[in-house]
Amino acid sequence: MSMTSAQLIEDLGGVQSEALDELQGLTSEESLEEWRVKFLGRRGRLTTVLRTLGSLPPEDRRAAGQEANRTKTLLEEELGAARRRVREGRFALLAEQEQIDVTRPGRPATVGRYHPLTQIIREMCDAFVSMGFQVIEGPEVEWDHYNFEMLNIPSDHPARDMFNTLWIDHKDAEGRQSMLLRTHTSPMQARTMEKTDPPVRVVVPGKVYRYEATDATHEWHFHQIEGLAVDKGITMAHLKGTLYEFARRVFGPERKVRFRCDYFPFVEPGVDMSIDCFVCEGQGSVNGSPCTVCREAGWIEILGAGMVHPKVLSDVGYDPAIYTGFAFGIGPDRVAMLKYGIEDIRLFYSNDLRFLGQF
Amino acid sequence: MKIPLSWLRELVDFDIPAEDIAHGLTMAGLEVGDVIVVGGWENCSVGFVERVERHPNADRLVLCTVDLGEDAPHQVVCGAPNVAQGQKIAFAQVGASLIDARNGKLSKLKPAKIRGVVSRGMVCSERELGLGEDHDGILVLPSDAPLGMALDDYLGDTILDLEPTPNRSDWLSVLGVAYEVAALTGNRVRPPEVLYTEEGQEIRNLLSVNIQDADLCPRYTASLIRGIRVGPSPRWLQKRLEQCDVRPINNVVDVTNYVMLEYGQPLHAFDYETLLRQRIHVRRAYTGETMTTLDEIEIPLGSDHLVIADDRDARALGGVIGGLDSGITEATTDVVLESASFDPSNNRRTAADFSLRTEATVRFEKGLRPDLPPLALRRATQLIQQVAGGTVARGIIDVYPEREKPRPMLLTTARMKQVLGMEHSMEQAASVLRSLGFDAAVENDETLRATAPPWRSDIIIEDDLVEEVARIVGYDSIPTEMLETAIPYHDGQELRAFRERVRDLLVRQGLQEIISYSAVGLDLLRKARIADTDDDLLTVSNPMSREFKYMRPTLRASLMNTLSYNVARDARAVAIFEMGRIYLKQGEDLPQEPEIAAGLLHGQRTGEGWLSAPASYDFYDAKGIVESLLGRLGVEGEFRPLADDFLHPGKAAAVSVNGAVVGSVGEVHPLTAEAFEVDGTVVFFEINVTRLFEAMPQARQSVKPLYRFPASLRDISILVGRDVPAARIQQIIDGQPLVERAVLFDVYEGDEAPPGQVSLGYRIHFRAPNRTLSARDVNRSLARVLSLLEREVGAVQRGAGEGDVA
Ligand SMILES: [Zn+2]
Repeated sequence: MSMTSAQLIEDLGGVQSEALDELQGLTSEESLEEWRVKFLGRRGRLTTVLRTLGSLPPEDRRAAGQEANRTKTLLEEELGAARRRVREGRFALLAEQEQIDVTRPGRPATVGRYHPLTQIIREMCDAFVSMGFQVIEGPEVEWDHYNFEMLNIPSDHPARDMFNTLWIDHKDAEGRQSMLLRTHTSPMQARTMEKTDPPVRVVVPGKVYRYEATDATHEWHFHQIEGLAVDKGITMAHLKGTLYEFARRVFGPERKVRFRCDYFPFVEPGVDMSIDCFVCEGQGSVNGSPCTVCREAGWIEILGAGMVHPKVLSDVGYDPAIYTGFAFGIGPDRVAMLKYGIEDIRLFYSNDLRFLGQF
Repeated sequence: MKIPLSWLRELVDFDIPAEDIAHGLTMAGLEVGDVIVVGGWENCSVGFVERVERHPNADRLVLCTVDLGEDAPHQVVCGAPNVAQGQKIAFAQVGASLIDARNGKLSKLKPAKIRGVVSRGMVCSERELGLGEDHDGILVLPSDAPLGMALDDYLGDTILDLEPTPNRSDWLSVLGVAYEVAALTGNRVRPPEVLYTEEGQEIRNLLSVNIQDADLCPRYTASLIRGIRVGPSPRWLQKRLEQCDVRPINNVVDVTNYVMLEYGQPLHAFDYETLLRQRIHVRRAYTGETMTTLDEIEIPLGSDHLVIADDRDARALGGVIGGLDSGITEATTDVVLESASFDPSNNRRTAADFSLRTEATVRFEKGLRPDLPPLALRRATQLIQQVAGGTVARGIIDVYPEREKPRPMLLTTARMKQVLGMEHSMEQAASVLRSLGFDAAVENDETLRATAPPWRSDIIIEDDLVEEVARIVGYDSIPTEMLETAIPYHDGQELRAFRERVRDLLVRQGLQEIISYSAVGLDLLRKARIADTDDDLLTVSNPMSREFKYMRPTLRASLMNTLSYNVARDARAVAIFEMGRIYLKQGEDLPQEPEIAAGLLHGQRTGEGWLSAPASYDFYDAKGIVESLLGRLGVEGEFRPLADDFLHPGKAAAVSVNGAVVGSVGEVHPLTAEAFEVDGTVVFFEINVTRLFEAMPQARQSVKPLYRFPASLRDISILVGRDVPAARIQQIIDGQPLVERAVLFDVYEGDEAPPGQVSLGYRIHFRAPNRTLSARDVNRSLARVLSLLEREVGAVQRGAGEGDVA
């Protein structure tokens, strides 16, 4: 049987309208695939028509070919559009078909927690690290020599009363008690300077111990962060600048800072730094009742500091005429109590998970 | 130290409120703990009891007629047993605010009808005025109290409660504090005027003093007052002492205390007649010598103790306490006054030896200057004569073998600049120092020369002068600067950084960090089956309590304690760790203080949610934490069975890294768990972080190349004897050339496994770095694995060929 181009074009038209008709009612990806096989597949209707293209006279082939390609492109485009329509329709149903109860509790991931003192010590050390201090540590069981003697506190010095000491069962060659639990982190001042030539710029966090009856604000066992900076040209202005910056970072820029004179045997002049009370805003009372945080003072003592005593410097072989420095000691337990509104220091060491779980 | 403002005003003028004085002192270094206002008694005044009559309707009440110096006397009802005609009393009129003795609260006095008699006012007790606790009777005032004077003017005062620092003996004196006030206000101190008449013989003909041990007593001064009358002190003197919390005793002793409060120099009074041959020897005690103190306690003396003795006996423990037999009594007529310097260290040790910390020793131990005794002596001599009469012998005894020369010190602008970062003019510095009682002379623009006053024992070096100027001018004037010099480097931070990394990794694995006390008791160690005796423990000589007698040799005990504490408080899941030091005795040296990380897991691993089937922590949770930790640190742990009394004998392993044992992991022994009242399994791990740090490979970690060719997976299932460690099987599989890794994914030990055998499933990943493996390559390698397993550990493949391709 021989074909004419007109006949072929008519056939193409028939396939096209039949295909488009059928395509209209299809709603699933499977039926679209069946449709594609039926019309556009290797044995599909359009292909079958196209196979007859070769039997046309050469002069007819061009026009019929163009028509055939047009039909094919049209059907493919329509298929693409139908596919998009079907996909969109499927996702439109997700809400109905795949809905879960989003208000049920999720699957918990296990997340650990740092002890609040670890957090505060890191925060405080970080503030000093950013000012060029390096973090080192030292022994908690110490010699009297480093804990007192090298800090300008000889035996029988009344300043020893400031440091109620827990002693270790140990006698030196002369039968004296010489080993103790460090009462402050300050022994690292002499230890560091003995080991290093100036300049020095360190902070020393760690546990310290005092023979002290415990109550809500006193523990026999707490933490301290020692700071020491020694170099040529270090003055009390640097001490103030460093501690201002520390207070700004840890307590926020709105806090006021106050420096007053105080006495520690290993510094001269001595300093005590307070911040204004953030509970009563320095007023001493809240809504007419006395502020319990600052005990009506309006100020809270945060740390002791001062210029390193020339005796401390010369005892480690630094020339106090050339080198000056400052030292400070801060209690992170107290800082954490203030920051988090903790009223009993003993909570830090009783390790109640209901408490620790809040940090 | 309590100081009434009325006393301060006697020595220095100031017209600023007490709060401002308190603030100024505090900023300059003398903390004022409290400002106590005594008074505020409106409508209260000094009254005179004209008449006391029976109350018509009550046996225990009386009617008092009180004269206030006004037109009409007041009649009030009074119940106090001690009220009597002719007394001066504190009288409150209607409208006065008094403390209600029943509840301690302030209330306004109203007219009242008591048993039919109208009472308009009240005769006050100490407690009602807030002056003390006494409410047994009314407060009887001295007979010279001015009639009608407002009680505020007569009894009122403001008292500063000071907290002096240990370096400032002068802050334990009114005069010392007056100089602070003078420096802060710019006013001048008026020291007490000391004037009295001496009569009769020279003192040196009546008394001899010999210092034998001048190292312990550099200076001894004394005066002699004869023919005095011992009795109660006048009211003004008693009041001052009471305001300073010192109990009045008799006029002589009261004067010594008064002058101690005024000048800071303790004094002692002897009964002249009791001193054998009127000779005083200041000497070390003899061995075996004893003395009975004023408190009637006999104390054994030795050559470390300094005594004030007559020709035979110790009569006082120098600078600490007097002896009983030489003290002032009612019968005393002649008094030797002692004002001396004592060695501060010896004084402090002696006080400690006999637990006799007195008002004297807290001053002497701070090192009073030898310049002070004669000043205080003359002041006390004057006052004794004033309040007890008598005649003062001519001159004073002053034994001062090695006279200290005045020590002028230089203060330079250069040093001020070097320490403070700022300068004060020499004029300004000198003016500050003078106001504090120093002698100060400006030498030139850069230097001044200063000598500290006799009551300042704390001025030793130039920086002490720098501080004086800085603190009085105020620290606020010092500028604020940041450190700008190069940042130094310090060794010794590596272990700490490593430890912090371990801490981070444990927190990231879901553990809660705890911090426990560094000391433990033997009871706790025994309970945890850690130690039976204290043989190797570092012992605290003066522990806070039994439970803190030893520095902890392990974190285990306190971890168990924490677990137990929280389980008792309904904790359902406990996953905790501590990072802290333990303390290991090391002969004569300081102990070792290795850093330990240890943790406990107990209870529900999975939480209570609807999503997870309940499961409890077991051995492999603890092991997994250690494995993950080590893996993350880039090393591999080796686990071998371990015998350890704290742990379950069948569920405990030692952990090694690069051949060094660095810790352990295991189930806590059920007996230990039981002792701590914990039901169910408790698992434990412990890493000696210091040792692990030392065992870490030195080589820098290098990055492995990324895979370029795909892996092939095969699952095998083998039956093997239960005694074959999984680590051995793992080692055999991992040892094969094309095996990249193998994961134990299944363990079956149930009934269907042959007796004594366990079925293990491994998923093996094969990979070559340079090509895609063919099925033949993989099968050949797998076959080798299986045959090796059979040869080495007798493993038999189970259900071979099924599902072996993943
Ligand atoms: Zn406050």
